[in-house]
Amino acid sequence: MTKDIAVIGIGTTGFRATTPDLSYRELTYEAAKKAYMDAGVEPKQIGAFVATSEDFCEGYSIADEYSPDQLGAVLKSIYTVPGDFIQSMASGVMMLKSGLYDIVAVQGLSKASNMITKPYLTDFALDPIYNRPLKEHSDYIAGMEMNRYLYETGTSREACAQVVVKNKRNAMTNPLAGHGCELTLDYVLDSPMVSYPLSELDISPYSDGAVVIVMATAETALSLSDKPIWVRGIGWISDTPGLETRDWAKAVYAQMAADMAYKMAGIRSPRSEIDFVEISDEFSYKELQHLEALRLCSPGEAGLLTLEGATEITGELPVNPSGGCLGVGSLLECTGGQKILDVVLQLRGEAGKNQLQDVSTGLAMSWRGLPTTTGAVAILSN
Amino acid sequence: MGLRRVAIVGAGITKFYRYTQETPKELAYEAAKMALDSCEMTLNDIDCVSLGTAPDAFDGIHMNGEYLVDGAGAYRKPYMRHYVGGGTGVLSPIHGWFHVASGMFDTCLVVAEEKMSSAFPHPAGAFLTIFDHTTEQPLYPTLIWIFAIEMHRFMHKHGYTKEEIAQVAVKNKRNALDHPSAQLGAEITVEDVLNSEVMAYPVNRLDISPTSDGAAAIVLASEEVARRVTEKPIWIDGIGYCLDTAYWCNRDLYYPDYVEVAARQAYEMAGIKEPSKEIHVAEPYDPFTYKELHHIEGLQLCKRGDSVKMLLDGVTQRDGNLPCCPSGGALGVGNPIAATGLMKIIEIFLQLREEAGPRQVPGKPTCGVAQAWGDLMQVGTVVVMRS
Repeated sequence: MTKDIAVIGIGTTGFRATTPDLSYRELTYEAAKKAYMDAGVEPKQIGAFVATSEDFCEGYSIADEYSPDQLGAVLKSIYTVPGDFIQSMASGVMMLKSGLYDIVAVQGLSKASNMITKPYLTDFALDPIYNRPLKEHSDYIAGMEMNRYLYETGTSREACAQVVVKNKRNAMTNPLAGHGCELTLDYVLDSPMVSYPLSELDISPYSDGAVVIVMATAETALSLSDKPIWVRGIGWISDTPGLETRDWAKAVYAQMAADMAYKMAGIRSPRSEIDFVEISDEFSYKELQHLEALRLCSPGEAGLLTLEGATEITGELPVNPSGGCLGVGSLLECTGGQKILDVVLQLRGEAGKNQLQDVSTGLAMSWRGLPTTTGAVAILSN
Repeated sequence: MGLRRVAIVGAGITKFYRYTQETPKELAYEAAKMALDSCEMTLNDIDCVSLGTAPDAFDGIHMNGEYLVDGAGAYRKPYMRHYVGGGTGVLSPIHGWFHVASGMFDTCLVVAEEKMSSAFPHPAGAFLTIFDHTTEQPLYPTLIWIFAIEMHRFMHKHGYTKEEIAQVAVKNKRNALDHPSAQLGAEITVEDVLNSEVMAYPVNRLDISPTSDGAAAIVLASEEVARRVTEKPIWIDGIGYCLDTAYWCNRDLYYPDYVEVAARQAYEMAGIKEPSKEIHVAEPYDPFTYKELHHIEGLQLCKRGDSVKMLLDGVTQRDGNLPCCPSGGALGVGNPIAATGLMKIIEIFLQLREEAGPRQVPGKPTCGVAQAWGDLMQVGTVVVMRS
């Protein structure tokens, strides 16, 4: 295993449905301070910073202007990636690999509670000529995709509902999660229909929170940290943005991003080499679709594995032991940040009640949400 | 330092217009196609794509980067967008440089696009949302307002006059007459500038660059690939980028510290000790007339307070000792934010290749610098290139 870049510090605010007591700048400040303390570095030691934000979600144009102060990055090298946190992390990995820096910090943030009309905001991401005039509530895209996925793979709605039950239960024992609860399968199946077959409980609620990580090159990592978590592989891919040109059943972006990360990590047989995963489950079926795209099971098998309990914390392939987006809450651009955070906590053995036994390699995967076909994958080992 | 060398091997740029018929996707496509064609490459030769575009509010599209995927040639490729407001265009090759210098990719297509006319009737409305929602937005500030403050402070500190600063507009708009992409090339006089409408004293209409639609693209390659595809690779030898605090009211605006920090990073990486002697051609960012002078000082191309003397002595003319904005700059060619910065990179690329046609500066330049600036008067992005 090549050990050239490691995560040496992580910090987070935790994730809650609303944070009226804190501004987005204060959220980032708290996460950054914790991450720097965790890594044992001061901001002045950090060579470069990558921030993550998307204008319309922040409520600002060129939201990057408010990135440096609360990160301790004033008059330092910093830029913003309007993408997922794992893409920003990839940017940080490239910075370190270029040899220009020894330490970089990556920030991600969600202040979703500031948004009152999120579905209509999502509509603004649709092609202004071909798709936006449909003026639909954006969740119809997920409903159509879910329908196609269930049809082509023969997966049942029960399997999707089981994902909801499992993830929300996992979140009950995750102190960082904001949306944990005990539900029954029937309760999920009977929840009000949003866009058939997508029901209300199949959709992740939003959370507020920030994540900051500190990464370093091998020599620096070993000198600063006694538990570096190595970044073995990272990949990111964008498929087509058009609704009329995409594959509605398969998550092609996840498959290609994973292939890129597997190649970099030298992983040939994902199922035997990956111990657990934190993957995007913004909609219940997405967890199943992504599991198959990541080649952790064959097409159509993910639902069955879930119903058998193989993806539980106690199962052979734990999926989203943190509670995932369904239990923790969807975090907009920071969704990948929560995935990375929980993979690092597991590999360090700091995941508390949700700790898995004997894990050495974990995979984090994020999807940029509706209506995109962009995904990113990172593979970490202790 | 043992860094991997990265070269620019191809470039393309659309015409800059006030209102284009093309969609943002089509603009990105046109520039990307031109860049690939210029070095006889196809998308199959491209390993990854890096996209620069500034606020989504201009194009009116949430997650504009996602929308531009296929236009920018990134379909099913590793694709990442980056931005730092107005400094985005020069950050684009920097972000692309990281892609190739990391060793993860051998080629990177870098695309910068901006369609400001979608913000109707004028993108000034979108600019209101760049200000702090609690302390600034209630005042309904406009961009011109805050630049008037900065220009006034700059003039006061150094004793510059409006007549002197207006010379920048005369020079750049004349230079732009030779640029095929130019939106506002013109022969004007200092009187024209002074007699144009006062927008917010001391800023007159002709002190300001236009709002524009346009796109630009370049192809970056590792040394091995660059030597194979072209005889005239232009190397990215130095990069620097830096953000100052967002609390711009707390700073003395007469000098751009952020440009100096970014420039020093780039010069150190490129091994440049005396910028004013070692750099042969420069493209400082000039969205306002005074900004060119402000940035020349920040780039260490002259001492603080000497930039107007340089201008009046003709040093920054195309045939001067240190030509600045030989392209015509944002004032003349137009200012589709992210695309402008990349246009400046492309100008240095063409100048160092001696392919700039009627805009070619004399004396076989071998080292050039391009710079952009943005956000709340807080970003500096600098790239040093050599032939």
